[in-house]
Amino acid sequence: MNAKGRVFRYGDNVDTDVIIPARYLTTSDAAELALHCMEDIDKDFVKEVRAGDIIVADANFGCGSSREHAPIAIRASGIACVIAASFARIFYRNAINIGLPILESPEAAAGIKAGDTVAVDFDSGVIVNETSGASFKAVPFPVFMKNLIAQGGLVNYVKTKQAGV
Amino acid sequence: MGMTMTQKILARAAGLESVAAGELVEAKLDLVLGNDITAPVAINEFAKTGAAEVYDREKVALVPDHFTPNKDIKAAEQSKKMRDFAGKYGITNFFDTGEVGIEHVLLPERGLVGPGDVIIGADSHTCTYGALGAFSTGVGSTDMAAGMALGTAWFKVPAAIRVELVNHFSDKWVSGKDVVLHLIGLIGVDGALYQSLEYRGDGVAALTVDDRLCIANMAIEAGAKNGIFEVDEATRAFLREVGRDQYREVTADSDAVYERTVRIDLAELSSTVAFPHLPSNTRLARESGEIKIDQVVIGSCTNGRLSDLRVAAQLLKGRRVAKGVRCIVIPATQKIYLEAMREGLLEIFINAGAAVSTPTCGPCLGGHMGILAKGERAVSTTNRNFVGRMGHPESEVYLTNPAVAAASAITGRITDANEI
Repeated sequence: MNAKGRVFRYGDNVDTDVIIPARYLTTSDAAELALHCMEDIDKDFVKEVRAGDIIVADANFGCGSSREHAPIAIRASGIACVIAASFARIFYRNAINIGLPILESPEAAAGIKAGDTVAVDFDSGVIVNETSGASFKAVPFPVFMKNLIAQGGLVNYVKTKQAGV
Repeated sequence: MGMTMTQKILARAAGLESVAAGELVEAKLDLVLGNDITAPVAINEFAKTGAAEVYDREKVALVPDHFTPNKDIKAAEQSKKMRDFAGKYGITNFFDTGEVGIEHVLLPERGLVGPGDVIIGADSHTCTYGALGAFSTGVGSTDMAAGMALGTAWFKVPAAIRVELVNHFSDKWVSGKDVVLHLIGLIGVDGALYQSLEYRGDGVAALTVDDRLCIANMAIEAGAKNGIFEVDEATRAFLREVGRDQYREVTADSDAVYERTVRIDLAELSSTVAFPHLPSNTRLARESGEIKIDQVVIGSCTNGRLSDLRVAAQLLKGRRVAKGVRCIVIPATQKIYLEAMREGLLEIFINAGAAVSTPTCGPCLGGHMGILAKGERAVSTTNRNFVGRMGHPESEVYLTNPAVAAASAITGRITDANEI
């Protein structure tokens, strides 16, 4: 599995309140949530994002509330992958559980700028900045999580268990 | 190798002799929680799992507390979804308007959380119950759905930071909120990322259970997976009062491994304020300078307990909220509301010119019941001050203890209560 797209670049501590403000949480409809994704930090995001684009951020991406609406809104906006120096733990979990690819790489975060074109190989964890030519290696998922992703996320994992036991 | 409190609880719940930091375990759950934002998503996911029943209808708690009493039609639909689900699956711990309180104050009050429990909640402040010696942590809706179906969840066993608390408060207006704001100021909003915060030391005995609930509540604001206190006589007294008689006390091994130790001398703490837009952006209240405010909120899962209201009332008694300031007081549960009424606290607030609201998370997350306009500033006893958290993206939230909030309501600017 691969992704290639233009980069939207953000800083440290991008919290779930700016990813999707609570005033829009009266719905769980992914397409509706996507209309307000990143609105309080980047008014132009929704206008400019195209399917396959990539978000790159610094440390502690997704901090704050446990709202799964945050990775859901990002995925529904068309973003193919989030690369960050580090992720807040609930966001990390939620992203895996719903199948939003995320990669942790402080080096990639440091070496990618807004508007760069970046290609990602999820199997190897290799991230290539095609604009600058630099390449980076992300922290790979633990085996347990790879299995979870291979099964199509947590819901399928539960389905298998329900059927099996 | 010795285990921390968190590791011991996870080992027991996973049926293992011992666990070590970094290990992935599947643990049995004692409680699965969701609110009116997260549970509707979880209910959709639960349907997809094909589960015929929830794993234990007494171990699921559904608390519609965020946009309730229903603020609009969409919010009403979300509450209805929870109500219908609770009815269909016979879930006993569903708390509707009239009975509902803010989840992390309500569940301890109902005796639903106790020492040694493993609890997941689709709300990031689920870490609150660590105050009572439980392992509890926030997750997302899909985890909640899986938890309701299987009664288990996967965890990566966390490493831990030891927070050594010593002495006791010397400033009468200082409370648990100042301990946790000070800590977050020291280590940062990702200072405890993926880790446990384990509170130890002789200072713990000097903290009330309410102080500990407030401190554990904001573990997430330091990025932590959970915060946890050892059980002592104060915890046991609290548990007796709420009718929780069975539980498993856990202590850390003497050779438990901690990544590092952070020492906090309670006697040295003063009222602390987290400035916009991060909880780690802390200063002392008395060194805040001239910050004029438009609104004060006293409430939330962090500081909406009876002891918080008592502190605020002590300051507001016989005084008035400053002209131009809106002060909103929100008792966290119906029980607290009633007790505050009996004690005359509500009368003090109303006479001071404050609005008193029925229990709700409301303004804390910019939901309803006190939203900020562009450029407005609020002093709030809540837990987050991110951009747009309480309303307009260009509004500001300053996080404080209830004493600073009440004092600031009186003066109209950020004020240390010792000034009043």
